[in-house]
Amino acid sequence: MNLTLKIWRQKNDKETGKLVTYPVKDISPDMSFLEMFDVLNEELITKGDEPIAFDHDCREGICGMCSMFINGRPHGPKRGVTTCQLHMRSFKNGDTIVVEPWRAAAFPVIKDLTVDRSAFDRIISKGGFISVNTGNAQDANNIPIPKPDADASFEAAACIGCGACVATCKNSSAMLFVSAKVSQLALLPQGRVEATTRVKNMVAQMDEEGFGNCTNTGACEIECPKGISLENIARMNREYFVANIKS
Amino acid sequence: MSKLDSKIPEGPLEQKWEKYKSSVALVNPANKRSLEVIVVGSGLAGASAASSLAEMGYKVKVFCFQDSARRAHSIAAQGGINAAKNYQNDGDSTYRLFYDTIKGGDYRAREANVYRLASVSANIIDQCVAMGVPLAREYGGMLSNRSFGGTQVQRTFYAAGQTGQQLLLGAYSGLQRQVGLGTIEMFARHEMLEVVNIEGKCRGIIARDLISGKLERHFGHAVLLCTGGYGNVFYLSTNAMGSNVTAAWKATKKGAFFGNPCFTQIHPTCIPVSGDHQSKLTLMSESLRNDGRIWVPKKQGDTRKANEIPEEERDYYLERRYPAFGNLVPRDVASRAAKERCDAGFGVGTSKMAVYLDFKSAIARYGHSKALTQGINNPSAQQLKDFGKLVVEEKYGNLFEMYEQITGENPYELPMRIYPAVHYTMGGLWVDYNLMTTVPGLYALGEANFSDHGANRLGASALMQGLADGYFVIPYTIGAYLSKEIATKAISTDHEAFVSAEKDAQGIIDKLFAIKGTKSVDHFHKRLGKIMWDKCGMARNEKGLKEAIAEIRTLREEFWKDVRVPGSANDFNPELEKAGRVADFIELGELMCMDALNRSESCGGHFREESQTEEGEALRKDEEFAYVAAWENKGNHTYELHKEELKFEAIKIAARSYK
Repeated sequence: MNLTLKIWRQKNDKETGKLVTYPVKDISPDMSFLEMFDVLNEELITKGDEPIAFDHDCREGICGMCSMFINGRPHGPKRGVTTCQLHMRSFKNGDTIVVEPWRAAAFPVIKDLTVDRSAFDRIISKGGFISVNTGNAQDANNIPIPKPDADASFEAAACIGCGACVATCKNSSAMLFVSAKVSQLALLPQGRVEATTRVKNMVAQMDEEGFGNCTNTGACEIECPKGISLENIARMNREYFVANIKS
Repeated sequence: MSKLDSKIPEGPLEQKWEKYKSSVALVNPANKRSLEVIVVGSGLAGASAASSLAEMGYKVKVFCFQDSARRAHSIAAQGGINAAKNYQNDGDSTYRLFYDTIKGGDYRAREANVYRLASVSANIIDQCVAMGVPLAREYGGMLSNRSFGGTQVQRTFYAAGQTGQQLLLGAYSGLQRQVGLGTIEMFARHEMLEVVNIEGKCRGIIARDLISGKLERHFGHAVLLCTGGYGNVFYLSTNAMGSNVTAAWKATKKGAFFGNPCFTQIHPTCIPVSGDHQSKLTLMSESLRNDGRIWVPKKQGDTRKANEIPEEERDYYLERRYPAFGNLVPRDVASRAAKERCDAGFGVGTSKMAVYLDFKSAIARYGHSKALTQGINNPSAQQLKDFGKLVVEEKYGNLFEMYEQITGENPYELPMRIYPAVHYTMGGLWVDYNLMTTVPGLYALGEANFSDHGANRLGASALMQGLADGYFVIPYTIGAYLSKEIATKAISTDHEAFVSAEKDAQGIIDKLFAIKGTKSVDHFHKRLGKIMWDKCGMARNEKGLKEAIAEIRTLREEFWKDVRVPGSANDFNPELEKAGRVADFIELGELMCMDALNRSESCGGHFREESQTEEGEALRKDEEFAYVAAWENKGNHTYELHKEELKFEAIKIAARSYK
């Protein structure tokens, strides 16, 4: 396949960036999208140009590091996959593909397609945990957990923290990310103990980081590579409402 | 005195750890506040160690090269975590887990360490559940288990095919909690480039801020390397793209010995290589061997599609060769058996370097029982298939999806095509019972050390070891050292040792940029990978290893003459990061081949063609090689071998059989 790529190049967060056009040739449909970038970068290095900086690591869709906004969609045209799992067979010979970084005020660009998502870590450090020190635990089967609750908690916990939800949201809201963690812990008996302070503290930090509000457009759910459900946002709103009444 | 003192406590095996815990020196809470610990790496071992030490009161700094601690490659572990809970009432015990692990490792691991690992395994599950890790449950609300290779009990806990993710996010949440409390300072997008020793003790590190490119000096009373394995020396592996040996390798240059470098695990069930462009290999979890059956056609070079080959013309070669364990033989055995069939011309797929992993009978079996629970006593063939698919999807859904994404084939309809790939490294920094390397104050935890898996790791044991080291071992053993350091004040990073270590790190960076060669870093990495895979992979022999050593030396010289590193040092520069890592991989590759050459026996994942039984099984030479090979880096690419004899007191050393 021969393709035309229009890729966002930006030296750092101070300078303005622009789209630069790169033609690529002889791309195999079995390549992953990132392997196509490897080919392009190899070419740029050999020519003496600077390669395109992009985040990636596990290349099997679980670490959440890869983050490309492809033709106006985070992680590209296929549903339920990350950029590293997107294969070139999803494109046609002759296509023009536009690749941008995640765009959100809370995710400043570091270089080219790489952005800073440390805001997510700061939100987790405000309450995305159960306060149990090592060595304090009782036998794991002492608290039976109904399978449907455990399954629902697991589904929320499957979030990989990639930030696609923020990138696709017209408000750059982080509600899906935050609500997934709030839900995972709220659904478990162990997590109920701190449920009130957790949701309030995490939401407060989310606001402080400059993420936008949720207007229920549902784009996040559609673009989430792990299928995190909008129900989590409803659950978080309920938790938040109850927490505020209680205090 | 020998340089290798494993510091194994006296006493009967079952009491060693209990006695150690009650007698090891402690550090009082006030003194902990002035003791600083550096943790490099934020995977299961690093995150669990960091949070546990911070909870105890130590001042902790954590470094990782990824953009967040949550992205460490532990996240990609799929199948599960072992623990001797005996929840299934199937005869499991601490001793059995210990025995299985020693036998699985082909009698090349230290008994005392493995027994400790087995005895803390149950605590790990308790801890993770308390922290909110949503492990799989049965309808009664109790935890669910499954089987993994090399065992005959069900002791593996799991969260669908994402167990590593769930455990890591649990450990990460504990870490972030301490970050919020101010007891851990987190340095993401930082890479450790040097270890700093002062007066014979490890006192800190030099790290590069990967965004600004600046080198930083960090002091610590102790340094913990939790930096994972070195499988990427093969270029293609199931490791993440960034996984590297640099931290461990730099440690060897400052006096830490490297244990059993040639012990690498080739995982039997990975998606086969599909072309030259491929950047990494994807694992299909071992848990699939609970339900999938492995086969090849009985006829050589059979070109029919899998579904057109009738049952009686299929060779379920693992079930044939190993009736007692069948498809659940350990990884090294399964990998070699796949290679044997493919080399003999029975391979499938376009490359003929693959075997089938088939779920047809599992789908039928599950379909039948699901139909019964739905009250359907005479299900149609279609109903059986539909119900069976539902059950299989619940167990392995994400793996099946991943397979389909990568290959474009639907594994519910067609058997998966799989082939072995590099997955894990049992070798690593040599550590004593305290997890301390040969440099006082420098520790290695998790995959980064050599300690618990011998010559072959059993499935679902990596997660167990990482968390055991971090949650339940280092919090005790570090006291043995730090209790003697309470009078040591924090050392200024203006100390000449920090200045000179920083100069060394800067020197390597400057040297890389000065080459201005013609070939990319990946070019050299791919060539190294090919040498390693061909000559130090699933089967090794003297001639090949000698050739490999010579080829790697030539490659190393070429690298330092002709590599091209674009951009600048004072900038976010992923090519520079890769260059430094590949330079270290090249040196390590040579040592791996030397180790493999020295060990002329076969054991576990290390198969020397010269040493095999008539049936083609690995043949150990216990009189000659029942030792850990610990290599001392003497500089200028020379290494000295030290041996730690392995004594087996609780277990009778025997030929390993899974028949």
